[in-house]
Amino acid sequence: MPAPLIEMRGISKSFGAVMANEAVDLSVAPGEILGLLGENGAGKTTLMNVLFGAYAPDAGEILVQGRPVTINSSADALAVGIGMVHQHFHLAPRLSVLENLLIGIPGKSGRIDRAGGLARLNEIGRQHGLTLDPDLPVTALSIGEQQRLEIVKALFRGARLLILDEPTAVLAPTEVDGLFSALRSMAAQGLGIIFISHKLNEVRALTHRCVVLRHGRVTGRVDTPASTTSSEMARLMCGHEIVPPARGPSTPGEAVLTLDGISTSRHSGMALRDVSLSVRAGEILGIAGVSGNGQRALAEVISGIRAPDAGQMTIAGKMVARFSPREVQALGLGRIPEDRMTTGLVTNLPLADSMVLPRIGTGAFSRNGLLRPDAIRAFAEAQIKAYDIRCPGPMTRAGALSGGNLQKALLARELAFDPKVLIVSQPTRGLDIGAARFIHEKFLAMRAKGCGLVVLGEDLEELLMLSDRIAVMYEGRIVRTLDSADATIARLGLMMTGAEGHS
Amino acid sequence: MIRLEARTSTPGWFNLALPLLAIGATLVLCSGLIALAGAGIVEAYGVMFSASLGDSYAITETLVRATPMIFTGLAVAVAFRAKFWNIGAEGQLLAGAVASCAVGAIPMPGPLAMLLMALAGAAAGAAVALVPATLRVKFRVDDVVSSLLLNSVIFYALMALIEGPWKDSFSGYPISPPIEDSANFPVLLEGTRLHLGVVAAFLAAPVIWFLIARTTLGFRIRVVGENPEAARYGGIHVERVLISTALLSGALAGLAGVGEVGGVHFQVMSDISPGYGYSGIVVAMLARLNPLGVVPAALFLAAVMTGAEAMSRATGVPAFLSDVIQGTALLAMLVALLFTAYRVRRVGTAR
Repeated sequence: MPAPLIEMRGISKSFGAVMANEAVDLSVAPGEILGLLGENGAGKTTLMNVLFGAYAPDAGEILVQGRPVTINSSADALAVGIGMVHQHFHLAPRLSVLENLLIGIPGKSGRIDRAGGLARLNEIGRQHGLTLDPDLPVTALSIGEQQRLEIVKALFRGARLLILDEPTAVLAPTEVDGLFSALRSMAAQGLGIIFISHKLNEVRALTHRCVVLRHGRVTGRVDTPASTTSSEMARLMCGHEIVPPARGPSTPGEAVLTLDGISTSRHSGMALRDVSLSVRAGEILGIAGVSGNGQRALAEVISGIRAPDAGQMTIAGKMVARFSPREVQALGLGRIPEDRMTTGLVTNLPLADSMVLPRIGTGAFSRNGLLRPDAIRAFAEAQIKAYDIRCPGPMTRAGALSGGNLQKALLARELAFDPKVLIVSQPTRGLDIGAARFIHEKFLAMRAKGCGLVVLGEDLEELLMLSDRIAVMYEGRIVRTLDSADATIARLGLMMTGAEGHS
Repeated sequence: MIRLEARTSTPGWFNLALPLLAIGATLVLCSGLIALAGAGIVEAYGVMFSASLGDSYAITETLVRATPMIFTGLAVAVAFRAKFWNIGAEGQLLAGAVASCAVGAIPMPGPLAMLLMALAGAAAGAAVALVPATLRVKFRVDDVVSSLLLNSVIFYALMALIEGPWKDSFSGYPISPPIEDSANFPVLLEGTRLHLGVVAAFLAAPVIWFLIARTTLGFRIRVVGENPEAARYGGIHVERVLISTALLSGALAGLAGVGEVGGVHFQVMSDISPGYGYSGIVVAMLARLNPLGVVPAALFLAAVMTGAEAMSRATGVPAFLSDVIQGTALLAMLVALLFTAYRVRRVGTAR
């Protein structure tokens, strides 16, 4: 076995009383793809931030090719050949691909070496299939291309070890395949890769070896991920078995949400074209599709954010006359947004504020224009308890919570008011298995109580598990609606590409 | 080597410690200028202190000076909470002064005159603030630029008025005719300039605090400021909240002008405000946009302004030092705010 490219020995890091990492050992050999697994808050990101120089460890040492090094900044990390692709990209949006690559690279006698940069970019592109148009501004790139640019940027700076923090969370399934083949090619040429993910099937398909963290400590090492079952890995991560919830039979009632011939103009993203659907009480309708095929517009119309140009919508049998978030909410619609941080909550304000935000004007939380702080606090405290939201209290800044806990908070704020219909986008994106399981159980419980649910997503396994029926969206239309008994991942996947149209 | 590390939470005592730290740093930094001017640092600051806070008369002068800055500080704090970048408190103050002076010149019973002056001044300030707010909501015009430039428009409009049609025919100077004697704000302490407006300013701060912290409008202002998208999805009419905020902010700045006309100058002249509208930005930042913090922050700047004049007379240090202190205090506060998000850590050097 070759000498490790990097080795972390006995790394510990605490924030106040919280031990984020405790005596963690980890190594990556040249040509190796190491999976780093763990639930949210297990300490994966902290560990990688130590390696990349964002935090100084309290104890332990880092060795690069056998030599101990001190890494105090990302510049130090790059100098010893460590590159990182963060979940949130660090790109200059108005600059071109090439200019982004050349930021901070000293040129010859104060001039930027464009020609040299271009040559390197083409070389990296050829080697790993990571092609990018050098002159396009970052704003013109898709999310997948921006990620590719981040990877190229790290390679450009001479990274021998690449850390990817949940790279697939932002990608469509087709883009994931492209990323994986690039990563395999990089490993084949002797680079080391650390791949952080929640998605066990991806980890099993890609990595050579896994390290599992729980509560900041290494709780398991898997030497043969491909032949280890997902449930075995899940047990290592959570410390107990994870059984997927069973969707029992249900007897759907009246339609609680209907859309009839809804069309929108092309405002941002794909427009809707003559979309009709209905969801009955006690039923879960999954909406599958590669993102960018009109899901966003559909969610916006149903949430009352955008009025359609044509078509009608009813909620609980009542026609929606005015499309506004308040109106649809008053009719009984609950909403769990796709993007928790931007359209869901207010990260800089106390969690309690985000939990009452959509209903602040109602008698529950205010009277005659005056807030009822005690009622707000009591509501938030009750939900924190009922949903086991891990936080110091309702006055904690919302942004300080983990993704899973934020999703629970958003779920709590909607479910507390017994919605007749609930629309959910990407419900478990970025969540760990335990949190995802909790969300799934809540959805099924709502279904049993007679709520109608619309679940938009790209995770077909999840949709198949939850949904009674699945509609497939392609280019702004619903191409087909299937009973989930008739649907398979392969068939849905094919329909999502537009291959199986109206039939 | 020193480096910055992101904080996961900010201790509560920072809210008090940071402004004090900023003020301390400001005084240290500005002592260099005093030394350059050839005066003793301790002596200069000593004169400044005694002239602004040293005896009861000095204190009343500082209070009078703080009054317009409490109002403009509140105006800016409210606006900035909603991320409506109102840099136009100066113009709104002037508009308030003009409107209240015009109303105060009409003969009527004193209390009625004072009430109408306040209403007219607040309305005029609000009307001015409505311009950048409407431009932003309807046409996405940058509110920093439009509210700032509007200050010049209003200042020169005011000059045109008092040089032209509104010129005081009695004195012949470019000043407006005075308001009626009965409309002069009552003085609370014989022999001082402590007027009714000072009390109003000190009452306004808790009222605005209550509005921000305890009303649904305040809630909406906070949410719109922190995340307009989440506000919109949460059923809040973001444009309406921005307009309401602008009206409230402009009205408060207008009241600063009312106080100066009714309680200090009794007429309008071109230098009725030595930049109280801009000082309001410093006040609001020092207060970390907390309406209750606006009062001590305004008192600090007022003490600097009153003290600087006395210091200039006693030591020969130019009174412009007061402006330098203001500017430095703002910069120091902005730097201090960094520590709410980051902690400083000493680390070994890279090998």
